[in-house]
Amino acid sequence: MPDLDQFRSETRAWLAANCPPEMRLPMQNDEDTYWGGRNAVFTSEPQRVWFERMRDKGWTVPDWPKEYGGGGLDGAEVKVLREEMAAIGARSPLSSFGIWMLGPALLKYGTEEQKQEYLPKIARGEIRWCQGYSEPNAGSDLASLQTRAISDGDDFLITGSKIWTSYANYADWIFCLVRTDSSAKKHDGISFILFDMTSPGVSTKPILLISGKSPFCETFFDGVRVPKSHVVGTVNRGWDVAKYLLQHERAMISGMGERGAARPLGQIAADSIGSDEQGRLEDPILRGQIASFEIDEAALACAAERAVDLAKAGQGHPAFSSAMKYYGTELNKRRHEILMSAGGIDALEWDSERSKQGARPRAWLRTKANSIEGGTSEVMLGIVAKRILDLPGA
Amino acid sequence: MALVLNEEQTMLRESARGFIGDNAPVAHLRKLRDDNDATGFSRALWKNFAEMGFSGLLVPDEFGGSGLGCVEAGVVMEEIGRNLMPSPFLATAVLAASALTRGGSAAQKSEHLPKIADGSLLAALAIDEGAKHRPLQTAMQAVRSGNGFKLSGAKAFVVDGHVADLLIVAARSAGQPGDDAGLTLFLVDPKTKGIALERTAMVDSHNAARIEFDNVEVDADSVLGELDQGGALLEGILNVGRGAVASEMVGVSEEVFGRTVTYLKERKQFGKLIGEFQALQHRAAHLYTEIEITRAAVLKALQTLDADFDHAAAAVAVAKARAGTTATLAVQEGVQMHGGMGMTDQFDIGFFMKRARVCQELFGDSNFHADQLARLKNY
Repeated sequence: MPDLDQFRSETRAWLAANCPPEMRLPMQNDEDTYWGGRNAVFTSEPQRVWFERMRDKGWTVPDWPKEYGGGGLDGAEVKVLREEMAAIGARSPLSSFGIWMLGPALLKYGTEEQKQEYLPKIARGEIRWCQGYSEPNAGSDLASLQTRAISDGDDFLITGSKIWTSYANYADWIFCLVRTDSSAKKHDGISFILFDMTSPGVSTKPILLISGKSPFCETFFDGVRVPKSHVVGTVNRGWDVAKYLLQHERAMISGMGERGAARPLGQIAADSIGSDEQGRLEDPILRGQIASFEIDEAALACAAERAVDLAKAGQGHPAFSSAMKYYGTELNKRRHEILMSAGGIDALEWDSERSKQGARPRAWLRTKANSIEGGTSEVMLGIVAKRILDLPGA
Repeated sequence: MALVLNEEQTMLRESARGFIGDNAPVAHLRKLRDDNDATGFSRALWKNFAEMGFSGLLVPDEFGGSGLGCVEAGVVMEEIGRNLMPSPFLATAVLAASALTRGGSAAQKSEHLPKIADGSLLAALAIDEGAKHRPLQTAMQAVRSGNGFKLSGAKAFVVDGHVADLLIVAARSAGQPGDDAGLTLFLVDPKTKGIALERTAMVDSHNAARIEFDNVEVDADSVLGELDQGGALLEGILNVGRGAVASEMVGVSEEVFGRTVTYLKERKQFGKLIGEFQALQHRAAHLYTEIEITRAAVLKALQTLDADFDHAAAAVAVAKARAGTTATLAVQEGVQMHGGMGMTDQFDIGFFMKRARVCQELFGDSNFHADQLARLKNY
C-alpha cells in the first residue's frame, strides 16, 4: 500500500514540525487537557498552538467527513495517525464529550440540519458538552429516569434533575435523556434532546468525591423551554440513540488506562523501591503482579485493536464494547493499586508540592468509579450474558 | 495488518475444522486411550492430514510444502485444540519444520523437509531436562570427539519422542547451565547407539518421552545452525511453538466454553434453567471476555512472528501467558458449571482440563512468560 506509506511519512513529518515539545510530555493532571467551549482558557501557549494546528487540519476528529469539520480520513489512515501520534507521545489536542459521544450519535441519528449546526462546532471545540443521563434514583438502571418533557406547542418544558453530570458547571450545552411519554413502557417513552445550559431554569451544583476533586455535578431543570427541533432521532425513540452513544462511552472508558509511550510499570516501581544485582525489581511478588498486569494490559490493547478491525470487516458484535468496558475498568483499577504499592509511603502524600497535590492517590481513588460509571461491571456482565451469550433472562 | 483472519486463512480454518471435526472428535482420543494404543495417534489419519497439505504448511514451496506462516499454523492448532486431536502436527509440522527451515543447511533441508511435507518423517524436539521449562539451564553435554561430538545427558517431556524418526536435541557445547551462549542444536537419529528411550503417556493421554543419551556419537554435520550459538535459533523455534500451543489453548478454551454455555441453557435446577442465575451469567460473561482478549493477543503474536520474527518475543510471552491462564480458567469453570457430571469420565470436559494442564507446562507456563516479559522490559 504505497499510498498509506506515503501518508505515514507525510503525517510523521507534519507532526514532527507541528507538535510542540511540551505537548509530547505525559499529562500531569486534568488541567493539562484542553476542553474547548465558549469560555475556554488555554493553560499554555503550546497547548493553544497544538490545538489550533490540529483543528485547522480537521484532526480533532480525523475520521469525520470534511463537510462537518473532520479530516475525512479512512480507517487505515486514522490508525496511522494514531500510531504516529503515540510514537512521539503527542497529546490529544481536544478533550470533548462532543467528539467521544454526541458526535457519533449525531452522525447516525441527526437530521442534516442538526449535523451542519453542531458537528463543525464540536470539531472546532466551540461548544463544550455535558451528558444528562443518570438520575439520582436510577444509577445503572438508566431507563428508569424520571425527568419529564411536557409538550407545549413547538417546545418542550423540561423538569427534573440529573446526577453525575461531568463538568456540567463548565458546559455550554447538554445532551439529555428525558421522558416524553410517561404511559409508555420504560424504554419506549424516552427522547434524546439538546439544549443550552444558559437556558432559564437550568442550575448545577458540584459533588465532592473521595478523591477530593471531582468533575461531577448535580444538574437541575425547572421548566426549561426547549424547541422540539432539538430532539435527535424520533420522539419517544431516544433509547436507540442512548444505547448507541453508550457504546462509544464504554469504548472510551475502557481505553482510559492507556498511556502510550509511558514508562513500563515495572520501571516506575524500580525507581522507587530499587532492583537487585541482576536488575530485577526488589520485591519479587510485586514484580510478578506487575508482569501479569502488563500481560493483561498488552492483551487488552490487542483486543481493542481487533475490535476496530472486526467492526471494519463487518464481524463485530455491538455489545462487545460492554465486555471491553468491564475489562478495561477493572484493569485500570489494578494499575492504580500497583502504582500505590510501587509508590509506598511516597504515594500517600495528599497535599504537597512534591506530590503534585497528591496526584497519585487522587488518581487511584478516582479509578474506583471506572467500574461504576457508564454502567457498572455487573451491568456490563449482564449485557454480555444476555446479548452475546444469549443466556435466558431471569 | 488487520487483527482478523483474511479470506484465505478463514478458508483454511473451515477446511481444518471440517476435517478434524469429522475425523478426530474427542471420541477419537478417548478410543486411543481406552485401547492403550502404543502410538497414541492414528498414522492413517496423519497420512490423510498430509494429503490435505497440513503437514507441509510451514515447509517452503521448493521443498514440497505450501510455505505459509505462523498464523496459518495457529489456525490448524486451534482446531486441534477444539477436538483434542492427538497428532504429530506440533512436533513435526510446526517445530521441526521451523527448525530446519530457519537453521538447516542446504543438505539438511533437502533431506528432511520434503519428508515432513509428505508426512513420511516424524520429528521431535528434545529440550527440557528438569521439572520446569528452562532452556537456558540445559546441562546436556556435547563434547568434541574426532570429527563430531559425543552427547550425554537426559531429556524429558519430548513430545512424540517415542515415534520420532529424527530428534532435534539441545545440548551444551560450551559454558555452564544458565549461560546465554554455548548451546548447540543437533539432528540425531533416535536409533543411534547409546540412546535409551521410554514412552511416557501423559495425564492428557498424549505422548511424550524420556530419553537418555550415553556418549551418543554424532557427526559434525549433524549440527543444526551454528555451533555454540544455537540459543537464538532455539529461542526462535520455541517462540513458534509457544504461539502454536497458545492457539491450541484458545481452541481448548473456546470449545469448553461453548459446551458450558450450551449446558447453562439446557440444565434445570430449582425449577429454572441454570443459565438464568446471575451468579453463573456473570461468570460466563467474565470467561467470554477473557477468551476474546486472549484470542486477540494470540493472533497478534502469530502475526508478529510472521511479520517481524526477531522482535516477536514480547508478543509471544503475552500470548502464551494469557492463553495458559485463560485455558486454566475455562476448564475449571467448565467442570464447575457442569457440576457432578463434569467430574465423570463419561463426560468429555475432563479431557479438556487435562490437555489444558499439559499445554500450560509446554514451553513455559504463565509464570515463566511473565518473568520473560519482565526481563524484556528491564525490571
